[in-house]
Amino acid sequence: MSWTREDMVRRAAAELRDGDVVNLGIGLPTEVANFVPPEIAVTLHSENGLLGMGPFPDEDHVDPQIINAGKQTVTMLPGASTFDSALSFAMIRGGHVDLAVLGGLEVACNGDLANWTVPGKLITGMGGAMDLAAGARRVVVLQTHVAKDGGAKLVSRLTLPVTALGCVRRVITELGVFDAAGDHFVCVERAPGVEPAEIERTTGARVVFAVSRRRPEPEDG
Amino acid sequence: MSEGGARGKAGAPAGGKVRPDAGTALDGLRDGMTILSGGFGLCGIAEHCIAEIARRGVRNLTVVSNNCGNQGQGLAILLKTRQIRKVVCSFVGGNPDLADQYLAGTVEVELSPQGTLAERIRAGGAGLGGFYTPTGVGTIVADGKEAREIDGRRYVLERPLRGDFAIVRAAVGDRMGNLRFYRTARSFNPLMAMAARITVAEVDKLVDAGALDPDDVHLPGIFVHRIFEAREHKNAVEFRTTREAGSRA
Repeated sequence: MSWTREDMVRRAAAELRDGDVVNLGIGLPTEVANFVPPEIAVTLHSENGLLGMGPFPDEDHVDPQIINAGKQTVTMLPGASTFDSALSFAMIRGGHVDLAVLGGLEVACNGDLANWTVPGKLITGMGGAMDLAAGARRVVVLQTHVAKDGGAKLVSRLTLPVTALGCVRRVITELGVFDAAGDHFVCVERAPGVEPAEIERTTGARVVFAVSRRRPEPEDG
Repeated sequence: MSEGGARGKAGAPAGGKVRPDAGTALDGLRDGMTILSGGFGLCGIAEHCIAEIARRGVRNLTVVSNNCGNQGQGLAILLKTRQIRKVVCSFVGGNPDLADQYLAGTVEVELSPQGTLAERIRAGGAGLGGFYTPTGVGTIVADGKEAREIDGRRYVLERPLRGDFAIVRAAVGDRMGNLRFYRTARSFNPLMAMAARITVAEVDKLVDAGALDPDDVHLPGIFVHRIFEAREHKNAVEFRTTREAGSRA
């Protein structure tokens, strides 16, 4: 039994450290905000120009001019600040953002990331993905272990266009947690009931299993 | 142009910077010009300026903007009217008008990573010849660009962007052109304002000089050449997400 999407998001939230400034990518990573451990404080950065982003507003407090980088309406927490896009990306490239949790299409075991385009599909543009991948102090990717067609997404070498080189520290999938270690991945956790053989079969690079025991179940709440 | 030169006057001339509406504020806009447009998606865009550009029907425009509108609104209006020849942006997702015309080959798209786009515009306004950024190293963005290693890290040279007109939106502006923005409607607006020969500011509220405290000015009036008040805006929301609907936080 592998992790559910919520389990994956909870596991990604366990990567947050007290005092971190965190940028959450569009899609599944955005949901990490809902599972910040109560004993720590993190500050959410949105690259369109907001530090101290809060949750979605309630129906009575929607402000069309307070949005996140996914163009969703959000709120600002006490102590928030707003700024222009150049300053926002100075924060990112300048190494002031501690952690970026991003979606992925492919991650190579040397840390290379592809997450912005698939040739032949409709172009979407990289938005802030290249800046975040190249600039955040630590990059964690949250993605499914294999593509919809069953192809490996953890690979020895990227086949898709690069977002940034050597940037990914850790990948969280429904099968476990994997660290980029140069010429192989290190599996540091396995989801409950997932055997090493299944991981080896579905991974396009060598995997070294650092632990035989899986991490305890994430707690509810 | 009414300023009588290649660029707008940065100081407030005797006739003033204030214009009655977008129509007069965009005097001198011609076919083939480059327009820098502030905002992020549909947030913080100069709606009245965009409507006026559509009304004028000028063509073969190059538009520099993080997104070229979305969901048929904002700058996508100028795609529908086939007035745009080239778009410089970071993101085209959710914009069927742009996707269709790009695939048909009628609109050229130059993609720039969002932070690189912002800094290119800032560099244009700040008089810089470009800058070295780590963003895009090893990607198609770096193709054909000078790369170099500085203190052990690899960088790619990105060039500045400038425009003929900038259309920006601010919450408050005074007669000197000083601007104050609101929330995340700021985004690209102050940057675009810096990098154009003629910057037109569309403000929700126009006040007298002195009404804005100097310490509260986000963008000094030196970057703004024409200003007009527009009280009504659509302020369209692309994704209305609320606590009940989308989050348990």
